[in-house]
Amino acid sequence: MGKITGSQAVVKCLEEEGVKIIFGYPGGAVIDLYDALLESKITNVLVRHEQGAVHAADGLARVTGEVGVALLTSGPGATNGVTGIATAYMDSVPLVVLTGQVPRALIGNDAFQEVDIVGITRPCTKHNYLVAKPEDLVPTIREAFHIARSGRPGPVLVDLPKDILGGLLTFPDRPVINMLSYQPTYKPHPVQIEKACKKIIKAKKPILYVGGGVILSNASSELTELAVKLNIPVTMTLMGLGAFAGTSELSMGMLGMHGTYTANMAVAECDLLIAVGARFDDRVTGKLAEFASKAEIIHIDIDPTSISKNVKVDVPIVADCKNALAAINEWFNTKANVSLEEEAERHQPWLTLIREWTAKHPLCYKENNDIIKPQYVIEILHKLTGGKAIITTEVGQNQMWAAQFYQFDYPRHFVTSGGLGTMGFGLPAAIGAQMAFPDKTVIDIAGDGSIQMNIQELATAKQYKCPVKVAILNNSYLGMVRQWQELFYEKRYASTTMNVTPDFVELARAYGAVGLRATTKSEVVPVVKEALATDNLVIMDFKIEKEEGVYPMVPAGKGNTEMLLV
Amino acid sequence: MKHTISVLLQNKPGVLSRVTGLFSGRGFNIESLCVAETLDPGVSCLTVVSKGDNAIIEQITKQLHKLIDVIKVTDITDKEYVEREMVLIRMKAEAHTRAEVLRVIDIFRGKVVDVSAKSYAVELTGSASKIQAVIDILRPIGIKEIVRTGIIAMSRANKTK
Repeated sequence: MGKITGSQAVVKCLEEEGVKIIFGYPGGAVIDLYDALLESKITNVLVRHEQGAVHAADGLARVTGEVGVALLTSGPGATNGVTGIATAYMDSVPLVVLTGQVPRALIGNDAFQEVDIVGITRPCTKHNYLVAKPEDLVPTIREAFHIARSGRPGPVLVDLPKDILGGLLTFPDRPVINMLSYQPTYKPHPVQIEKACKKIIKAKKPILYVGGGVILSNASSELTELAVKLNIPVTMTLMGLGAFAGTSELSMGMLGMHGTYTANMAVAECDLLIAVGARFDDRVTGKLAEFASKAEIIHIDIDPTSISKNVKVDVPIVADCKNALAAINEWFNTKANVSLEEEAERHQPWLTLIREWTAKHPLCYKENNDIIKPQYVIEILHKLTGGKAIITTEVGQNQMWAAQFYQFDYPRHFVTSGGLGTMGFGLPAAIGAQMAFPDKTVIDIAGDGSIQMNIQELATAKQYKCPVKVAILNNSYLGMVRQWQELFYEKRYASTTMNVTPDFVELARAYGAVGLRATTKSEVVPVVKEALATDNLVIMDFKIEKEEGVYPMVPAGKGNTEMLLV
Repeated sequence: MKHTISVLLQNKPGVLSRVTGLFSGRGFNIESLCVAETLDPGVSCLTVVSKGDNAIIEQITKQLHKLIDVIKVTDITDKEYVEREMVLIRMKAEAHTRAEVLRVIDIFRGKVVDVSAKSYAVELTGSASKIQAVIDILRPIGIKEIVRTGIIAMSRANKTK
């Protein structure tokens, strides 16, 4: 076989992996690679800032489950992508980020647009590489995809020196990738499964605490089977929303700092906590000593480091969530000497108690006939999309209201920066989601602060005909920090007032999008209807109650039952 | 409590900084660290001594194992193992102390590796506690300079099989 250029080889690798869309921004170091891409069917979505490229690739990966790809140039191109990479790393999103690098002869010489991106991203990638030899190029990219998508997924960065992209090499055959030092555990240990099942049989007040791992491993149906079969109530983390139907009778909604009263009470009172693909994050647990303090804990996770990191676990199960849940279901179907009906019936008093909590303190807000309440906007979005839209969010109050009030029934429909909490994530992620599913309704629920962090991506959305609907919950504040200042800093609103924001309706027009505004409650429905009816990019500017808060709220450092309620 | 952890890793550029970055990024402590290649030049062995309660040591071993280039992690502290450290010490060795220095290093089975009119450089190996004992004894005589390798360790062979 003849020789091809490094750039052609990279493109061939991407095709081999089934990549159809990548997100990126050209520059000197990757100009050859962009040139080679012209000969391929792969679409490069030209973003307006490299952070947007990585978030968009991330959005695509989260809604499809495939590996997202971003292509950035060296130096500032690469460093601009770092926030996106860290975002994906914290939420275990499979990405391959290709960065250009200066020619090998110049590495280490402080060359123009040179930065040690492998060094910079070492702590925020699952793994990363600098390709040192032409013959390493293809195997490295293949390995990068393998690592990104297997085990606990994550971003992998491959740094590509310009002379390797421009040089010639022979494209090698595709071997089966088998890495000596990387062998994720997919199958649960049967002994652990049996231990877990016996604890489930003994429990009177079990709950399922479900995180993003269930979505990543496509385990929703196995989870639903277990919950419904045994009548076990389910609470989800921010990342887990949609893993189990939010409108189900067994769903208690989200837990933690802004979780429901029911979910937090149930965690405090349960005698068995079955954690699946969740990592006991501080925003979930509150004060650790009081988290599930009456319960034994079963923890299913593919990443052993997540187990017993924050909370001591009684039955650890290292496995892919889907396999572990299937094994538990199988055990109950075949090996348990109990009637499933009786098991389900046995949890009835526990469910009654849970329903009493919900009746006492449902998720709610003080309604108003004139002023727009942000929660009302989310409810209307839910109603008018039939709960079927893909929702992305920015970070802050907008994110929490979306999580609380858009009752997610389907996995991979809620795209949010959970671990890192990256403002400016929602719009580019929505573009990624929309590129993957052109026919779906994709809504970015935003705040007036965070939308401005990557607002330049409106041009990207317009250029690639992404009819994303941006719903800005506009309170002229950095609302979440303002809420903390209101509650814990005697209303000293230090640097959280955004008096000057663009006129978002005019701004939409400037980008060739549709701009709509609602200033009273009665205008919300018509605005949302009009937005959903148009096939153009839309910005909806909802002037909401300025000092509305997110409740319930557990003050930082307190136990989860010490909630501030509406 | 101190733990000695033995790590086999791929001998690739940047691997050591992945390990040290893990320790600094997660606030784990490094008492000493030694690394060199094994019989297989593609594989390095790293011995790290760290301090922490059981939960921390568990996290350290798990996090090390999670690094893609790490092949095997063994906390050898609870097993039978041999540990050795080497130290090079430059001693003040003038007329009235030359004999004393030689006597002490002889007791500890060290040897002189460099001699000058006013100093001896001596080499000693042993467990970390032996090295510390030598240093404590030589210090009053007059240590000019000291270089330690840090600990390397190997678990003992299973004698019942």
